[in-house]
Formats: sequence, C-alpha cells, structure tokens
Amino acid sequence: MLDTLILSRIQFAANISFHILFPSITIALCWILFFFKLQHDRTNDPVWMRAYRFWVKVFALNFALGVVTGITMSFQFGTNWPGYMETVGNIAGPLLGYEVLTAFFLEATFLGIMLFGMNRVPNKVHTFATLIVAIGTMLSAFWILALNSWMQTPAGYEMRDGVAHAIDWLEVIFNPSFPYRFTHMLLASGLTAAFFVAGISAYRILKGDEKRAPRLTLKTGLVLAAVLAPIQAFVGDLHGLNTFEHQPQKIAAMEAVWETERGAPLLLFAVPDEKSRSNRMAVGIPHGASLILTHTFNGEVRGLNDFEEHPPVKPVFYGFRLMVGVGLLMLAVAWTGVYFLRKRREPPRWFLKVVVGMTFSGWVAVLAGWYVTEIGRQPWLATGILKTADAVTPVPPGHVGFSLTMYLLLYAVLLTAYIGTLKVMAMKAVRTEEFETAEPDQAGSLTHLPQSSKGTHGGEA
Amino acid sequence: MSESAMTFADWLPVIFIGLMGLAILIYAMLDGYDLGVGILLPMGEEDEAQRDTMIASIGPFWDANETWLVLAVGLLLIAFPSAHSMVLTHLYIPAAIMLIGLILRGVSFDFRAKAAVAHKLAWDRAFKIGSLLTTLTQGYMLGQYVMGFDPGWQPQLFSCLSALGVTAAYSYIGANWLVMKTESKLQRRAVNWAKLAGRSTFLGVVAVSLVNPLVNPGVFSRWFTFPLVMFVLLIPVICFAAFVLNDRLLARLPKERDRHCRVPFFVTVLIFLLCFTGLAFSFFPYIVPGKLTIWEAASAPESLMFILIGAVIVVPLILAYTAYSYIVFSGKATDLEYH
Repeated sequence: MLDTLILSRIQFAANISFHILFPSITIALCWILFFFKLQHDRTNDPVWMRAYRFWVKVFALNFALGVVTGITMSFQFGTNWPGYMETVGNIAGPLLGYEVLTAFFLEATFLGIMLFGMNRVPNKVHTFATLIVAIGTMLSAFWILALNSWMQTPAGYEMRDGVAHAIDWLEVIFNPSFPYRFTHMLLASGLTAAFFVAGISAYRILKGDEKRAPRLTLKTGLVLAAVLAPIQAFVGDLHGLNTFEHQPQKIAAMEAVWETERGAPLLLFAVPDEKSRSNRMAVGIPHGASLILTHTFNGEVRGLNDFEEHPPVKPVFYGFRLMVGVGLLMLAVAWTGVYFLRKRREPPRWFLKVVVGMTFSGWVAVLAGWYVTEIGRQPWLATGILKTADAVTPVPPGHVGFSLTMYLLLYAVLLTAYIGTLKVMAMKAVRTEEFETAEPDQAGSLTHLPQSSKGTHGGEA
Repeated sequence: MSESAMTFADWLPVIFIGLMGLAILIYAMLDGYDLGVGILLPMGEEDEAQRDTMIASIGPFWDANETWLVLAVGLLLIAFPSAHSMVLTHLYIPAAIMLIGLILRGVSFDFRAKAAVAHKLAWDRAFKIGSLLTTLTQGYMLGQYVMGFDPGWQPQLFSCLSALGVTAAYSYIGANWLVMKTESKLQRRAVNWAKLAGRSTFLGVVAVSLVNPLVNPGVFSRWFTFPLVMFVLLIPVICFAAFVLNDRLLARLPKERDRHCRVPFFVTVLIFLLCFTGLAFSFFPYIVPGKLTIWEAASAPESLMFILIGAVIVVPLILAYTAYSYIVFSGKATDLEYH
C-alpha cells in the first residue's frame, strides 16, 4: 500500500531528479559561453560568435526548464514536508532566501540581456551580462549545496524545544561536507556540460555540418572533459574520505561492508542482501576499500552491522558503482578525443558516434551520485535532527498520488520535447549557411520566427 | 538595552510581512502582465505574427517576473514557516495545478521558438493554457485564503469568483502592457481587450469587496469604524476613479503620435496597488486570516536578522538592475530580437 510518506518521497525524488538535469548543464555551460564570448572579443573571429549564438539558445532552453522545475521545489517543502521547515526552518529558510536574493534575480534579469540585448547594449555590457549569469548560476549552487550539506553534516546550531537554531552562520554554511560537495558538484557540472557540448557538436558533424563552429565546440568540450575528469576523480576521493569521517554508515553501504573489518576488499561487483546481511557473487580487490578509505593496507572499515540504523544498501552500492563507472568512461573517451586532436586530424566517425552516445552521460553520473548521497542519508532527513518519516505532510495519499501522476506525465512529455528540440536545433544549424549567421539573422529573431504557413523549415537557405 | 532589543525582535515580523507584501505586489504586477499576455494570446491561424510580437514583448522579462513569486514563497517560508506549512498543505491541489501551469508556460515560451515549426501552434496553445491555469488557481487560492480555508460550498463559490476576478485583472494589466508595447493593428486589438478586461476586473473587485466584509465580521468592523472609515474609504474611491479614467482613456486610444499609450498600464498598476492595500488592511496582523498572527508564525529572530542584512543590501540592487533591464528593453516590442 502506497502511503503519503512513500508517495511524497517518490514525488520529491522525481521532481528533484528532473530538476537537477538542467542546472547540471547550465552551471558550467554559462562559463563555456563566457569563454566563447571572450574568445570572440579577443580574436574578433566570427566563428566564436556563431558558436556563442547557437549555444546561448541551447542554454536558454535548459535554463527555462531548470527555472520552472525549480519553482516546484520551493513549494514542495510546504506542501509535502511541513515538518522539515518547522524543525530546521531557521537554518534552511535563510539559506534558501539567500539563494533567491543573490542568485535567482541576477540570473533571470541578466539572461534577458544576454538573449535579447545583443543589439541594445554595448558589446562589453553584453559580455559582462554573460559573466554575471555564470556567477549567478554558481551562487545558486553555492547556497543550495550549503543547505544540502548542512542536512548531511549539520554544524553551527543548537536545538531548543525540538527546533534547530543557528548559533554560527559561518559554521552552518561551511559545514564539514560543504567544500567537498560543492567542488564535486561544480566539477560534475563541468563534465556534464563538456560532454553535452561535445555530443551535440559531434552530432552536427556526423549530420554533414562542414562549418568550423561545431569542430571548435567539439574540441572545447573534449579538452574541458579531459582536464576535469582526473581532477574529479581526485576530488571525489577527498569527498569520500570526508564522508567516511562524518557519515561512516553511508560509506559502509556504498562499499557493502557488513562486518567491521581490517583490510576490507574493494568490491567490483556483488549482490548485497539485507535479509542475510551478506553479499552474494562478490568480486573484489583484496584490501582495496581499506586502501582507498584509510590510505593504509589494513585500515579498519566499520561495517553496517555496527550501526543501529543505516541506509538501504542496494541503491547506494549500485549507484556508487554506476557513477564511478560512467566517470571512468568519460575519462577514457575524453583522453582518446584529445589524442585525435593532438594528431591534428578529424576524429574518425566511430569516435564521433561514441561522443554522441555520451551526450547525456553526465546526467547518468550526476543522478547516480545524488542517489548515493541522498539515499545514503536515510533514514535521516537532517542527520541526527529529523527523520524523513517525521517531516511528512498530513495530506491524504490520494492528493499526493494525483500530483505525482501529473508531474510524471508532464516530465515525460517535456523530456521527449526537450531532446526532440535539441535535434531540431542541431539540424537547423547544420543546414544554415555560414554567411547567414555571420550577421544577426532574421530567422533567429523572436519577432521573426519561422511561420508555419511558409515552407517547412525556417532558417534554411 | 534588553528592552529595546525586545522591541526590535517584535518589529522583525512586521518588517518581514512588509517585505513579503512588497514581493507579492511586485509579483502580481509584473508576472501579472506577462500572464495576462499569455491569456490573451489569439489562437487563429492568421494571428501567428501577432502571437510572435506579443510573446516577444515579454521575452526579456518573464523569467525575472516569476522570480518574485519564488521570493514571496521564500519569504513566507523563511519568516513564517508554520504559516507556510498551514497555507500550502491546505492548498495542496490548487498549488500543484498552478505549478503545472507555470511549468507549461515557462517551457512553451522556449519550445515555440525552437521546436519543429509544425509544433509551434501546439506550444502556443500550451502557453495560453498554462497561463490560464496559473491565474485561475492563483485566484482560487486567494479566495480560499481570504475565507480561512473553509471547505463549505459558499466559500468554494467565492473562491471560484475570485479565480475569475484575478484572471480578469491579469488580462487587464496584460492588455495595457500590450497597448504600451505594440503598435498598429495589434495595439488596436489590445485596446479592445483592455476595455473588456477592465470592466470585468471592476465587477470582480466590487464583488470581492462586498463579500469579504460581509462574511468576515473582523474585516467589516475594521473598515467601518468611525472615524477611520472617512480615511480608508479613500481606497475604494480612488480605485473607482482609476477604473473610470482608464475606461474613458482607452475609448480614445490610440491617439496621434501614440500619445498616452503608457498611461493605462500605470493606472492599472495603481489599481493593483490599491486593491492590495485594501486586502492587507483587512487582514493585518494575521498571516492566516483568523488563525495565525505574524508574531505567532514568525521564525527565530537570529534567522530573521541574518536574512534581513542580506535583503537590505541586495533588494535595492535587484530593483536597480531590474530597472536597468526595463530601460534597455524600453520602446515597442517589434524591435526585440532574440539571438
């Protein structure tokens, strides 16, 4: 029987999973756009401007989806998790408030200038607007990750009559897991955007685009990914060590360690079974987990049986392996790509196809990673302060079932439309002649949209 | 020392309800006009060019406009968490439908310009329906809020009336926005919409103003207490005058050289301000009418202080760059280009 709690959890997971897809692209994509704009201002080569024009439209689409799916989140706290605000509202409220005040307005307003203002403001102001939007998206990530990290590793507060009160805001914001989580997420966004850019650029080339712009953006994406992937592996390791220190039960679930042991193996594959409290079909590297987590051969890793409560093991265990697996794949693909680039020749078609296949690889890794960290926090909503089950709304399950069904249907439609639209945009760019985009083109103006009465494809020569 | 600190702690909820009121008011005006433009979207095949211009007129603004709603809900959540929970659990279904509406219109805006041409009309429909869902549910929620979430049939009826009233009001400000931002055929069309929407809004405001004091005895005694009555009745009087003035002016628009094309929009802004003041005056200091005052619902002073410092620095900045963006995109919408 599905009750309000499980339905609300599914709804929150669905909403936030769908939402995170878009910020995980836009946070870094805006810096990439800023880079294109800077390159254009510096070299005066119009190819950078063409790259900017194409990607700013893709950015706007992602941004719009991020905004509208984000608004849903701000209502969820009240509609589905009233206990959350009643218990930790004194902490969560101001952090969310700062996100709105310092980031949302900044992004939204300057995005207007970025998109529509190219002929209305001086070029420097336009470049500046791009920078401001990039800073805004990062600030947004800063505040929301400060809050999320505080829920994982609370600090700087005290409990009075069952309600959390802040005593040191710097400790609240810079709580133990925040610096690691924030860096990890920014790098994740960088990798997601890099593969997104590389994937769509490769798609354009495969579809017969002879222009320079997609080649340039493919290179940008691959080089960025090749640089960020190893850094992410390093930061991810640090983040893991931080979790090992503050949330050892999460690590135990990630590694499916049941009994506390010295020299714990690093499991490559296993089927954890919570009933028998053991793993089946385990394949592992001896001492691997101890080596990674304690940096000693025989370090002690606390097992799940040592904890009174621990998160469900399977999703955390598999989620972690999926994230790391995709990360390694990204590293391999990006470095192969850079190898081709260094040989100064066009990557072979098979490689371009692989890159197209990797377009949304960042999404897989980001979602898997977030599931690890959020399911790994259970049964707590805010570690040691509030349990998820105690925060849920008194609203009847039928209501939640109704809203959840609506959201899921809408998300299915939106995701289909989103991917379809990306394809349409890419194909349109393939068919557009170079000289058309050299000048601000009429086909791209919002008041001169392709009209359905005339022909089938706007922007086509 | 400690006494003055006490007083300040008592003032904090008042400051925050003021900030929240400001956010709601700015939201109603700004997102009001872009929702209104969405509602008014003509769906005929021959209207496509007009639809493009209408949507272009709100292009650079809608996103920031919507952010005021996030700020208002955010402030409710930050400053009055228990009211936030009480209001939103009562309004679970309408809030969910409103969010669907907001999502639909937000994405349609982008998809219509970028998806395959064959789908453009479908996204325009989604934009219109999304806008309509948003305004109807907002009006319904306002009605429910005023009625203290009473589930009886009369409050339900009142909430439906309020849904129509708010939709009319948004169409009114939206139409006047178009009168200001467009020209020739579309502008003449917008003038007609504005006249119709203005009269409907007027009826809605009158109906709500009559029903509200009749069903809420507290509201009645607040408005009709001598000698305050002499002063506060200025609100409906000015409001009435503004409606009449606008109606007369619209009958003569567009004028030569497009004179006075901005006036109806700003008169509508004044009407919004007056209606909002009237509502606020009716219920202050209750945050949930008849149930919860702002002091009962307020969160801890140290949290309010922390966010207040930020708000004092940042809100003027937000207002400044918002004004800048309106200056950059001033003039008729037909010139707006999207690169």
